[in-house]
Amino acid sequence: MAYLQLNAIEKYFGDNRAIKGVNLTIEKGEFIVFVGPSGCGKSTLLRLIAGLEVIDGGNLVLDGRDITHLPSSKRDLAMVFQSYALYPHMTVFDNLSFALKLAGTDPQVLRSKVERAAEILNLTPYLERTPKQLSGGQRQRVAIGRAIVRAPKVFLFDEPLSNLDAALRVQTRVEIARLHRELGATTIYVTHDQVEAMTLADRVVVLRDGNIEQVGTPLELYDRPANRFVAQFIGTPQMNVVPVEELPELAGTVGVHAGSLGLRPEHVAMAEDGQGALPATVELVEALGNETLVYARLASGSQLVCKQNARTRARVGDRVGLRLDAGHVHIFDTAGQACAR
Amino acid sequence: MALPATVNDATAGAAHATPPAPGAAARRPASRLLPRLLLAPAVTSLLLWMIVPLAMTIYFSLVRYNLMQPGAHPFIGLRNFEFFVTDGAFVPAVMNTLMLLGSVIAITVVAGIGLALLINDPFPGQAVVRILLISPFFVMPSVNALMWKNMMMHPIYGVLAQLMRAVGLTPIDWLASYPLLAITLMIAWQWLPFACLIFITALQSMDREQLEAARMDGATYLQQVRYLYLPHLARPAAVVIMIEMIFLMSVFAEIFTTTGGGPGYASTNVAFLIFSQALLNFDVGVASAGGLFAVLLANIAAVFLIRMIGKNLES
Repeated sequence: MAYLQLNAIEKYFGDNRAIKGVNLTIEKGEFIVFVGPSGCGKSTLLRLIAGLEVIDGGNLVLDGRDITHLPSSKRDLAMVFQSYALYPHMTVFDNLSFALKLAGTDPQVLRSKVERAAEILNLTPYLERTPKQLSGGQRQRVAIGRAIVRAPKVFLFDEPLSNLDAALRVQTRVEIARLHRELGATTIYVTHDQVEAMTLADRVVVLRDGNIEQVGTPLELYDRPANRFVAQFIGTPQMNVVPVEELPELAGTVGVHAGSLGLRPEHVAMAEDGQGALPATVELVEALGNETLVYARLASGSQLVCKQNARTRARVGDRVGLRLDAGHVHIFDTAGQACAR
Repeated sequence: MALPATVNDATAGAAHATPPAPGAAARRPASRLLPRLLLAPAVTSLLLWMIVPLAMTIYFSLVRYNLMQPGAHPFIGLRNFEFFVTDGAFVPAVMNTLMLLGSVIAITVVAGIGLALLINDPFPGQAVVRILLISPFFVMPSVNALMWKNMMMHPIYGVLAQLMRAVGLTPIDWLASYPLLAITLMIAWQWLPFACLIFITALQSMDREQLEAARMDGATYLQQVRYLYLPHLARPAAVVIMIEMIFLMSVFAEIFTTTGGGPGYASTNVAFLIFSQALLNFDVGVASAGGLFAVLLANIAAVFLIRMIGKNLES
């Protein structure tokens, strides 16, 4: 029996079918990440689960209880908002204790719960401050603390790191992973950042246009994408996908005649001109220090990205040869679905 | 000719060693003078604009100057102030001014917040309702007063009298029996749209995610009002109070058109008292003294207000 069950969940905005019948089961203690391009419905789906939007079709079951039409406060969920949504006129303590206070919790119990949460999140010195007196990272922790205090069955995170700067984002990401390990709470996390998705998730749900494209562990998605969309969405830089006709030699090796072939940039190697399987012209070199990305154009017109760990002497306009690793080719049929090899 | 050249050379050399500081210091007096010169005409004219009337009022307040007694204007010290303050109308006028201020502000702030919350969520016809709510503000004060006097509060054919008769009550002659209350109502009606407008605008900047967070935390609508909306509206409320205080201190048209300050002094405020001293008693001296008293009163209010609002705007 799954802990949280989404059965054919649907949502309409006017005539627009924003969520098109999503089925998903989430186990207790799992860290699930919803990922997808903007407008794919990931935030809407989270808001449907949270009860902030009305579910138009299907049902939602949490721990054996149908919560499809319950008001959000009765669903036993807590949410961390993108803007943190802290109450600006209240101190950190009041922010953390607001839900408990409204629920009429005994003041002593309330104080101990808030102090416990503040301790977990290193917020104890800031309890008497207002949100304005906190840094971005501290506000973020208060927002998480507000969720923890309620001890909900499921934590919902709506792009919680997008307002933080890069360094703090990494730090907070690690923090969230640690919290999840310590509390073991079931978590649904929405992001458009695939690094967050890959590092945090037990399972990643890739969404597009209100549909689930694929559900799987981060490495499953990376190694065995179900279709071209997932293949190109997961992984930076994008997977190279080239029509079969442009790579006849490779197509012959793997025995495919129609559709397209996908190769991750790390499976394309660069060699001296004339020594590689494929002649190409360098169009752009991105030297990132630890790795180098070379964008090379094939004679047939497609661009391939090659990722290598060594530095390169290649310059724009140089003729090079590319070696493709036939052992790591992904094959997609004409509809874009992945084919078994 | 040779000397300045060497000085220039020296400063140029110094500028090399210690970058711009010396050069900038040398240029500063001239660069300060020019903007001040350019500002001078504006500042001077504004200063005159303020100083001349104030100085004349102070002068008139210190001389005996009654339009009914032509001739010299002898200096009489603070006697005009004494006359003004000991006038039988003075204490009621001050009390009426404060009552009027307090009750109109209370009514407009409370009702304004209520109405703004009521029409905050979208409903069909919202735009029309908003315009209707704002429209009393466009009515001129004297027109407003006449309308209330002749159409609403008239004891015989006024709407209120009709309503009271319809439920079997005896109509009230509002302007004779409760003159200050009647005037308070008129002014509150006129200023409610202003308060409403400010609060509607403020509510639009309310953070949606905060409300959603409160919903998830289990806050009912009343609790959201108590813990989120009202704190959010504190600042606009301070603005409403400040602006209304400035304008309501000098309420005149409504009193002049309806009760004429009466019966007795029951609806005379400071502004009306000054008017009656100057243009009914023709005593320019006492009226000027009253004007200065009003300035004082306004300044006392301003000090409190600026403290209160300054504190409010800090956070």
